[in-house]
Amino acid sequence: MSTTTEKVKATLGKRYAKEKRFRFYGLASIALSLLFLVILLTDIVGKGLPAFSSTYIKLDVQLDAPTLGVSTDATPEQLRMANYNTAVLNSLNTLLPGVTDRKEKKALKGLVSGDAQYELQRMVMDDPQLIGTTQSVWVLADDDIDVYYKGNIDRTLPEGDRRIKDFQLVWLDKLEAEGRIDSKFNTTFFTRGDSREPEEAGILSALVGSFYTLLVTLSLSFPIGVAAALYLEEFAPKNNFWVDLIEVNINNLAAVPSIVFGLLGLAVFIQLFGLPRSAPLIGGLVLTLMTLPTIIIASRAALRSVPPSIREGALGIGASKTQTVFQNVLPLAMPGILTGTIIGMAHALGETAPLLMIGMIAFIMDVPDSVTSPSTVLPVQIYLWADSPERAFTERTSAAIMVLLTFLVSMNLIAVILRKRFERRW
Amino acid sequence: MMEATLDMTTVAKVNTATSGGREEFSHTISGTIGKPYLDGKDAKFFCRDVNVFYSGDKQAIFDVNMDIGRNEVIAMIGPSGCGKSTFLRCMNRMNDTIEGCRVTGDIRLDGEDIHDKEQDPVLLRARVGMVFQKPNPFPKSIYDNVAYGPRLHGLAANRAELDDIVEQSLTKAGLFKEVKDRLQSPGTGLSGGQQQRLCIARTIAVSPEVILMDEPTSALDPIATATIEELIDELRASFTICIVTHSMQQAARISQRTAYFHMGYLVELNDTKTVFTNPQHQLTENYITGRFG
Amino acid sequence: MSTLGILLTLIVLAAFSYYIGRKRSLALATPMQRGGNNLHSLPSYYGYLVVAWAIIPALLVFVLWSTLEKPLLTSSMMSHIPAEYQDKSADERSLISNRILNLVHNPERLATADPLFKAAAEDYQQMQSLSNIIKTLLVLALAIAGTFIGLRHVKPKTRARNQVERVVQIIMIGCASIAILTTLGIVFSVLFESFRFFGQVPATDFLFGTHWSPQTALRADQAGSSGSFGAIPLFVGTLLISAIALLIAVPLGLMSAIYLSEYASPTLRAYAKPAMEILAGIPTVVYGFFAALTVAPLIRSMGESFGLSVASESALAAGLVMGIMIIPFMSSLSDDVINAVPQAMRDGSYGMGATKSETIKQVIIPAALPGIVGAFLLAASRAIGETMIVVMAAGLAANMTINPLEAVTTVTVQIVTLLTGDQEFDSAKTLAAFALGLSLFVVTLILNVVALHIVRKYREQYD
Ligand SMILES: Nc1ncnc2c1ncn2[C@@H]1O[C@H](COP(=O)(O)OP(=O)(O)O)[C@@H](O)[C@H]1O
Ligand SMILES: [Mg+2]
Repeated sequence: MSTTTEKVKATLGKRYAKEKRFRFYGLASIALSLLFLVILLTDIVGKGLPAFSSTYIKLDVQLDAPTLGVSTDATPEQLRMANYNTAVLNSLNTLLPGVTDRKEKKALKGLVSGDAQYELQRMVMDDPQLIGTTQSVWVLADDDIDVYYKGNIDRTLPEGDRRIKDFQLVWLDKLEAEGRIDSKFNTTFFTRGDSREPEEAGILSALVGSFYTLLVTLSLSFPIGVAAALYLEEFAPKNNFWVDLIEVNINNLAAVPSIVFGLLGLAVFIQLFGLPRSAPLIGGLVLTLMTLPTIIIASRAALRSVPPSIREGALGIGASKTQTVFQNVLPLAMPGILTGTIIGMAHALGETAPLLMIGMIAFIMDVPDSVTSPSTVLPVQIYLWADSPERAFTERTSAAIMVLLTFLVSMNLIAVILRKRFERRW
Repeated sequence: MMEATLDMTTVAKVNTATSGGREEFSHTISGTIGKPYLDGKDAKFFCRDVNVFYSGDKQAIFDVNMDIGRNEVIAMIGPSGCGKSTFLRCMNRMNDTIEGCRVTGDIRLDGEDIHDKEQDPVLLRARVGMVFQKPNPFPKSIYDNVAYGPRLHGLAANRAELDDIVEQSLTKAGLFKEVKDRLQSPGTGLSGGQQQRLCIARTIAVSPEVILMDEPTSALDPIATATIEELIDELRASFTICIVTHSMQQAARISQRTAYFHMGYLVELNDTKTVFTNPQHQLTENYITGRFG
Repeated sequence: MSTLGILLTLIVLAAFSYYIGRKRSLALATPMQRGGNNLHSLPSYYGYLVVAWAIIPALLVFVLWSTLEKPLLTSSMMSHIPAEYQDKSADERSLISNRILNLVHNPERLATADPLFKAAAEDYQQMQSLSNIIKTLLVLALAIAGTFIGLRHVKPKTRARNQVERVVQIIMIGCASIAILTTLGIVFSVLFESFRFFGQVPATDFLFGTHWSPQTALRADQAGSSGSFGAIPLFVGTLLISAIALLIAVPLGLMSAIYLSEYASPTLRAYAKPAMEILAGIPTVVYGFFAALTVAPLIRSMGESFGLSVASESALAAGLVMGIMIIPFMSSLSDDVINAVPQAMRDGSYGMGATKSETIKQVIIPAALPGIVGAFLLAASRAIGETMIVVMAAGLAANMTINPLEAVTTVTVQIVTLLTGDQEFDSAKTLAAFALGLSLFVVTLILNVVALHIVRKYREQYD
């Protein structure tokens, strides 16, 4: 046996131990990263799931004319202004009689959401014939009650540490015994805008705001991005100063912090051009500038993967360069370009910071109806709610994140499917 | 016993289109023609029924049997894609590093089965070094390139010993005079021929018993090639060398025996002189007379 | 007419002009004996030519008018307000103009408004509707005139295809140049506002001052009172959080990339890679929420159980979550870089009898080092510019500390805080945000340029 063999053999044990350790570090890194992902997702889902249901209280409301102050033949305007508040109060008083203490009276009223009277208003305005009848109505409970029924208030705690006091618990137990408390799917969350009251807050206006913003982004960044990519990949002269400058700029812009684009939007679009603040139009413009590099880079890669034979074939039968590119190359590159665009749009959908700069951070209750009306977007809504201390808002923030992630996952899935479906080996 | 093995080897029909594509010959490869076996005990390498499969059960080597003698230079020739590299890489288990590659059969180094559980690929590769087609110095200094193996395997007890190994290896590779003043400059800064000699120096620094060379001169100019060929002749004194080459002149110049591979089969293995002057198999003759390949 | 109305009309006009352009070219064509006709180009190109004439000038005027309308109207309005307001300071004038514009956008408040402002607002409204009428007429007139001019160009000899292709080229060049315009826009907007800021606060105070409290510099007599805008604590805070993030992301990202490209089985790779990409696709606001509501309280209570006092908005929490966010970024960049190392290099090392980890540590990583450094710089740039995580999870108070358990604030946090309040645009406070933006832009730009340069050189080396 040669000396080499002996010497090598002597080192082997140590070396294999090192090898094993290194391998373990690698595996552990991946496991740890994915563990973070799992923790993050379970945390969000765990917090957010309860938000998809709301606690309702059944009231028997006497809609009699004297209480409401209107009659069956009132005008819609009169119906709108009628005194539904008292009707709600009366029904609560009948359910839980004998409350005299001022503090308790206030708490009694606070059992149901401020939305209860508007619920009645909607009912009566839909059907004025209800006036004079007594109706059983399920109305939203206050957010504290909701939180209690979701098991997030411990009734064994000392009374002082609870947001729900003993006398309220007595009421709730009574109502529950009468079958007047139920949990239902939270439609409000999907059909309303923002609200100061968590139980009335929804994501519809933010969703629509996101929709308009992305609409602007897509309709600008897609054509511009494709045109720029076509020029750079197919037409641009090589070794030309301007072309090189454009390329350097695109690569750099892809790595510029998003908040800087927000500063640009604020200084140029709002201050200089006087476009309306908080509007999806500006949000879309800023996001366009931000996503353009992504789309251009992806589109160029897609164009580059179309083999030269296709171009040569078309040029060979007498097509002009432009005809070749638009009629033969572009269609083949389209799946790749669309994939890149969808991924760019997914980035835009999740972007928050630059939109804060241009004022899309306002409190928006109404669903925006155009690209110039003040709006917010889903990620900003999440940011705003995350700031609210109420437990019920934390829940809704997580739920809004779940909705956002669902959109992002679907977009990425579409991109993946598109890529798989049209992947071509040349 | 040996003859019996020979008779049992597979009979394969190989269709080969002539260069003009006019006619198709059907050749029969029945075992290996020539002298594939040495006097049993004396073989450095002993290969029986070697089959190699790449992922997807694509077979690249079919039932190869051969012995490789001590301190001999054996050349492997054949048209490209015939499996020369694949076979060469079996001998130090480099095929282990390729995903999905499977080697069967019996390969012994000094009588030890290299696929044995007790065998260690790290040790095996220290004993059976390899030089590649394209010079592949590491992105390190010339010194560190040569010291790489000894350091890994703990072959030098101290710096002085290491310096010694480096100097001797570079000298054996005929490179020391050229680089002794710039041992600390990067190995990638050398010329192609120098880089290849650096890789040879790197390999012999571990004092292996066998050196596998896979077309070591195909990326080099004629002068560098000549230098390397001289070097191989000198190295023969201390090492067993298996060299894959696409140049028949090179095989003729430097080897004692030559193996001709065809589509994964070892068609003929004989004394180099015999192979080039009096080939036994039609396929070998076609190849060396340049009728295809 | 509303913007949408004008655009729709232009689209209808475009369709119409295509139709008649094409038709006219066919009418003018004389059939030739061998089949075909004597038109230079296909009829559709004549159609496109007319469309180009009809739409492009009209669209240009429309865009130009729309962007300039508001600044011009505002300045004209301000020149009409009584003389005593004319010589007020720029700040006050912009305040007045904002108030008037507010009235314009909320006409229901007109009744109760100051008569002076009311008059100005009504004036503005009138001018605005006048401007709108002129704009509509001008754009439509241009479009129609363009159609006629285009039609006169439709002749068999006109090289319609070449002309249309030229127009298409020019449009494409314009689109590609938007990248340059964007950079210029960024540079000028941050530079311009920063200069105004440095007019009020000396640049040295900003760059080297150690006291940051813009809130106290709200009143006019205090504006620029030195010491309030010293950005050093912000820089330190930014570096602290970024350093924590990189300390987590770089080793984890690099090791993950190494494992995935050198060790993992194809199956594991097929699942783990997309899973890591999910981590990269999660919006930063989600990470911010996670950091603020889950990680920060967790760290705090853990610290307290060890008897450490941990701020509720500790740098550690923000940095940790930011690190998680950057892991996939670092790992995918490193993955590219590691895969670019030629297989021959690995073969050389395995052929010498090196183990996998020896090959990785002694050959692959040194070979990939420039690329890894590039990836590190890009990750650092990402960390420094990250906004939402720190806005939600880091503090507002500018503490100068390198203790990760304390709260620090960062450049991006301050930009957001300064610009999301309700203050006037020209105050030193808002301008300070642009000065911070400038420093952020310059630092990330340098990091990006250097990183991209290193990575490109590295790629070329192995191509
Ligand atoms: N890593 C691999 N995976 C799959 N097939 C391979 C691989 N390497 C080589 N082959 C195939 O094995 C056959 C022999 O290849 P090789 O040994 O490289 O031939 P030679 O070196 O004689 O030119 C060829 O058909 C080649 O395509
Ligand atoms: Mg080969």
